[in-house]
Parts: sequence; structure tokens; C-alpha cells
Amino acid sequence: MTALTRHRLFWPAAVLVVLLVSNVFFAPRFFSITVHDGHLYGSLIDVLRSSTPLVLVALGMTVVIATGGIDLSVGSVMAIAGAVACLMIGDLPNQDSVGGVLLAVAAAIGLAVVLGLWNGVLVSVIGIQPIIATLILMVAGRGIAQLLTSGQIINVSSPPFRVIGAGYFLGLPVSVLIVAVVVAIAALLTRRSALGVLVEAVGASPTASRLAGIRARGLTIMAYVFTAVCAAVAGLIFSSNVASADSNAAGNLIELDAILAVVIGGTALTGGRFSLAGSVLGAVLISALDITTYTIGIPAETTLLFKAVVVVVLCLSQSAAFRAVVLRRRTAGASA
Amino acid sequence: MTERTVLEMTGIRKTFPGVVALDGVDFRMFPGEVHALMGENGAGKSTLIKVLTGVYGIDGGEVRLAGEPVHFAGPLQAQQAGVSTVYQEVNLCTNLSVAENIFIGREPRRLGRVRWGEMRRRAAALLAGLDLDLDVAAPLSSYSLAIQQMVAIARAVDISAKVLILDEPTSSLDASEVERLFEVIRRLKSDGVAILFVSHFLDQVYEIADRMTVLRNGRLIGEYRTAELPQMQLVTKMIGKELTVLDRLDDEARTATAPGEPVIAAHGLGRKGAVQPFDLTIRAGEIVGLAGLLGSGRTEVARLLYGADRADSGHLEVGGEPVTLRAPRTAMRHGIAFSSENRRTEGVIGDLSVRENIVLALQAARGWSRPIPRRRQDELVAKYVKALDIRPADPETPVRNLSGGNQQKVLLARWLITEPKLLIVDEPTRGIDVGAKAEIQKLLVELAGGGMAVLFVSAELEEVLRLSNKIEVLRDRRLVEEIENTAGVDADRIMQTIASGATA
Repeated sequence: MTALTRHRLFWPAAVLVVLLVSNVFFAPRFFSITVHDGHLYGSLIDVLRSSTPLVLVALGMTVVIATGGIDLSVGSVMAIAGAVACLMIGDLPNQDSVGGVLLAVAAAIGLAVVLGLWNGVLVSVIGIQPIIATLILMVAGRGIAQLLTSGQIINVSSPPFRVIGAGYFLGLPVSVLIVAVVVAIAALLTRRSALGVLVEAVGASPTASRLAGIRARGLTIMAYVFTAVCAAVAGLIFSSNVASADSNAAGNLIELDAILAVVIGGTALTGGRFSLAGSVLGAVLISALDITTYTIGIPAETTLLFKAVVVVVLCLSQSAAFRAVVLRRRTAGASA
Repeated sequence: MTERTVLEMTGIRKTFPGVVALDGVDFRMFPGEVHALMGENGAGKSTLIKVLTGVYGIDGGEVRLAGEPVHFAGPLQAQQAGVSTVYQEVNLCTNLSVAENIFIGREPRRLGRVRWGEMRRRAAALLAGLDLDLDVAAPLSSYSLAIQQMVAIARAVDISAKVLILDEPTSSLDASEVERLFEVIRRLKSDGVAILFVSHFLDQVYEIADRMTVLRNGRLIGEYRTAELPQMQLVTKMIGKELTVLDRLDDEARTATAPGEPVIAAHGLGRKGAVQPFDLTIRAGEIVGLAGLLGSGRTEVARLLYGADRADSGHLEVGGEPVTLRAPRTAMRHGIAFSSENRRTEGVIGDLSVRENIVLALQAARGWSRPIPRRRQDELVAKYVKALDIRPADPETPVRNLSGGNQQKVLLARWLITEPKLLIVDEPTRGIDVGAKAEIQKLLVELAGGGMAVLFVSAELEEVLRLSNKIEVLRDRRLVEEIENTAGVDADRIMQTIASGATA
């Protein structure tokens, strides 16, 4: 049992379970999953679906944080990706064209690569502090998105585009499947190649890594590009789900939720060791929290406060020092 | 001696897990005297100061202040009792004014309101007492580091004036600033303050100290009057004689195979502010030792040869080919490996496991896209964990949990699996226990026997003498002499070269 409670992800997982279970008291059918037209429906599926943009952004954020950096521009990149895709689709003579939609998606992701390079070069070549370097794109990027859409919300009615955020495949939401694929690719890339350990080395000790001959510059740039691409895919999912590009709402403040998800997942903001699984769990937890506030009928004006309280409890539960104070009789064991 | 001591420490013992930092150390101070605490790195000087100021608790022994037994729970308590410390890095707020810095936390108040006028007047008076004429309303940052240090001293003296500890106060001052500081010290001395002075600069110690206590490996070597202990003898006492566990290595090292082809040759290689241009050749199968005092440029030489810092003069040949080392990666490609003296910050990566640390350099050389297969990693790691006797033997333990000696072995293993032609090791045996030390020395001799060129940097002369075929002596950031380590060469011979520099 102690081995279980000592696991890094025990406390966030426990909080997630408690959150989900608490929903049952207010919505008895919370755990039931039904099949309609070959699609799975239910609150749990909704939790997963609504968590997809955040999971993606948190995934990228984890890698950047592992290098010892941070990326505040993810929300703006989401907005730009959505804007570019919707603009291109809106210009299509026939919005049903799968090829046209694919081209728009590729353009959005390609642009994200450029934005990621921009961040990465500012941080690792020019040497600007990550928080400032990405702040530039955070502010400017939303401006670019608004410029692209002329400050309007651009609506599209393209069935192929709609599939990304709202479609189903094999009974599961396409967005969830996309995220699963990205998570799998990220996990394979970081743990099957040497990328993970080299990134961790750079984040944990830049000096020692340099002396060990690690090329930190390329790794850091790659991390920012990966984050931007994740954010772009998240932006496409968001945009597709509402069938429009809203430059103000897309990814608004998502960088903060993503950082929170990373921290909940057990990756230290100081860089070094990271856990992709932890960040995914953290992101799902934050989405579950949002949904829970609705189900248990917390008044809209107090949802943020409620969220804050849960986050504080969660962070305290992860703090060894706090647990030692609360469970004083276990102090000896904890410090050993 | 009838004079009353202001401070007396007897039989002080302090242990850390696995290490005895201080063992039965006695230390006393008289009012109106400057007392220098001498010893090499790791001799226990800073531990003794931390015990005295209550940063560490003591495991044995007694501290008496003006005859009364005291027990400080922390630096604040020590300060209130009259023991103040001014550290190497000035612990002041440079954005606040001089007066604010002196009175921060104890501002003169009336009805909760700070009396600025009174504060400035008192600060000015205090500084005038030290012959300093400063604008006390100006921000501290507008004054030089030396003045800032004196402000820190003024503050310390004003809070409590019995015992003042100055830990490396001169390390970042130039000659005239040092003179200025010494004037202040002399003035405090005449006011009856007991001053504990720690410095690596022997000349300064001889100029200012009345008495000195020498520590070595956590033990008291003795207390001497400065006037009665010549500089040469002091160096001998500080460095001391090594344990005899390594005697058998002597012959091995000196009769090692005849040196082969030059692996690396530096011609006039140098870097401004780090080390003067030097010539150095290291041959295959040869151990070259770098000797010199702290700050003499030992590490700087090692870093230039590895490309950790870029040389701004001279050129380098590796295996006969001219090479410019722009970064450590370039050096690695040419078969050069470098193990830094700062094991924890520049060597191992504490968060990563033993396995990850060991394969790191090889993996970095291969690039991220060509991971070393896990089976190969396990083989390599198992081989070196066994060969170097790394403990604990579990390769998945985070390196942070290992002892210093084992961390050093992990670092060596990291470089050995890259099969370098030249291995540069900077202080590989610092701060590790005698057993691990002997193992590492033995390993270096074996590696050289196998044809590797080794550049061995150490502050311990005995060790350098024991291992090296050739000794390069550094003094004041200059390579001053190359000594073939033949039978007639001993520590005295090298110390003469080093000490003659210290008096220059």
C-alpha cells in the first residue's frame, strides 16, 4: 500500500477519482456510457473530449519545461492555427473538399513549425529568457490571429474539417484518437530515442550537459517546435469543434492550465526529469474539474474560486513537507 | 599566558553522514588579535566557522565565549552574543542606501516611524570611526566591492563587536583595496575586537595575522604565532604527508611504459584573465600532473585543453594535426575527455540515474536519433560498475544519492566508455574518502599503462608526485616550470617553486 501511495502520480490520480465519483451524487448517470449510432456517449467521454486541447498543449509544455524553459505563446499559436485553417477553408470553392481541408491543416501546422522555430531561436541562439521570449509571441501572436481574421469570427461549414473536433471513428471521438496518436508518438520519440534523456540532462544541468558534449541548442529548438505543433493541433481541434475561428477565445489562458497540468503531473518547473503520462493525467484532471463544477451546480461566479481551492488541496497533497505536518505520526517514516 | 581568551573552542567534533569533518579541534581567540585559520580545501575551515556561528550543531566539544559555555542555535543568536561573520560574497542589498544597509532590520524608530535623520547620522559616525568618508544616503551599488565589504564590516561591528569572522574577504579585491581593508582591520584590532581571518593568500595572512591555527583533514595541526612560523613550514603543515596506503603505486607510476607519441601539444595557448600562454605536450601512456596553489590557473589550463573555454592565443595540435577547439564537442571528437572539479554542478547530473549518467557522453556523441540500444547500455554500465566498484551497484539509482567518491567514479566511467586518447581529470579525488581515492589513483595509473594520456590536476602535491611522470608547476596563472618526476624530486622541490611565487 505504501508503495502505491509513494508513487509520483498517486495523489493526482486519487484526486481525479474523487472528482469523478463526486459527480455521481449530482448526476447519477455520470459513469454510464451508451452507444448511439455506433458512437460512444456519456459524461466520461465528454471529459476526455473536452480535455483534448489541454492534453496536447500540456504535452508540448512538458518537453519545453523539461529543457528548463517555458512557453507562454501556446494559446496564441492555437488561435493562429485556427485562423489560418478557417481562412483557407473559407476561401475554398467547395468546402467539402477533403484535399482542400488537408492543405489548410498542413498550412496551419507548417506555420506553427515556423513559430516554434522563432521561439526556439530566441531562447537558445539569442539567449533571451524563455518567459520573455515566448511572451513576445503570446502578445504578438494573438494580434496576428486577429489581423488574419480582421477581428471577426470566421465561420466555416466544412464537413471534413468538422471531423477533426467533432467526428467519430470506430465509436470514439476523432479528437481523442488524434491526441492518443500524438501522445504515443511523443512517448516513442522521447523514450525510444535518446531525446528524453538528453533533454532531461540539458534541463537539469546546462553546464554539465555542455561539458558532456550535448548540443543543447538543437534540442531546445526542437522542444519549442514540438510545443508549437502540439498547440496548433489543439487549435485545429478547438476551431473544428466550434466550426469557426475565434481569435480571442481560442486558447485564451490555456498556457496557465497547461503549466498547472505539467506541475500536477510531477515535472518540476526547474527542468530535468519529466513525465508525459503525468502531464496527460494533470490535463485530464483539470478538464474533469471544469466539468465537475458544472455538474454539481457551482454558481458560475464562484467556479474559479472552487477550482483554486481544489488546486491548492492537490498541490498540498503532493507536498511531502505538508503531508509530514498533517500526518505527524508518520514524520519519522517520511523523512527516513 | 595570563591574557583572557574571548573565544575558546575545545575538542570540537562534527560529523556528516560518512565523513568526519572536524575531529578534536581546539581553537581560541584573544581580544585585539587577528587570528588566521589556515588549511587546504576540505581541511575543515568553513565547517569550523559554521560550527562557531551556529549554522551547524556540534557533535562533541565545547564553545566558550568570554569564559561562559555557549550553544548557538543559529547565526542570529551568535550575532546577538557577539560573533559576527562577513562572507566572501557580500550579503547586502546593493539597491538600498549605505545607511539603510547598516541599519536594516534595526532602524532607529520613534512611534513606529523610522528616524531617517538619526539613522544617517549614526551611520556616518560609525563609518567615520573606520576612517571611511562615504555619502551614507547614496545607494550601496555606487561604491566598489571593497567599500561594500567595509560597509558589511561596519554593520557587523556595530551589531556586536567581540568576534568578527572574515571569510575570504580579499578574494575579489585588488592590492590597494586590500590595503584599505587591512587599515580597517588594524583599527578594529586596536579597539579590542578579535578577528578571525580566512584567506588563501599567504602573503596577506603574514601581513595581517598575529597568530594562526592550521587544520588538515578535519584535525588540528597546531596553533602558531605568525612571526615564529616561516611560510615554507606553513605550506608543509597545510599540505602534510599522505597516508601510506598508496606506496606501491609509486614505482608503478614512475616505471610506466616509455611515453609514446604526443597526443596533444599546446603552443603558446592562453586566455586573457584565465591563464598566460603556455606550452605543454602530453604523450600517450604518460600522466602529466598540474601542481600549484588554488587560483594558480590549474583548472584554466585543463579547460582550455578541452575547449570548455576558448583560447584567445596560441594553437593546439591533437595527434599532430592543428585543431581549434570551439566547444567541448570538438574536443570529444578528437578523443579528449574532461572530468570537471565541480563534480556536482559540472559533472554528474543528480536527477539522472547511474546508467543514464554513464552513457551520457557517448550518447551525446552519437546524437539523439541513434540511441545506444538498451542491452548495450546495460552491458557497458554493468562492466564499469563492476570494474570501478561503484556502489550501490543498482544502475537505476539517481546519482544524487551516491557518495562523492562514487559520483566521481560514475563521471570517470562516462568518459572511459568513450575510449578517449587523452583523459583530463580535475581534482578527481577531492572530498572523497581514502579508499575511493586510492582506487581512482590506481585506475589512472592503469589507464596510462594501457596507453592513454592523462592530465591529472590536483591540489594535493603528494598525490601529484605519486602519479605523474611529469609535473607542470603553475604560479599566478603562469606555467612556470616543468619537472621530470625522477627519484630525486619530492614535495619540497615543488613547494619551493610554488612558494617562491607566493613571496614574489
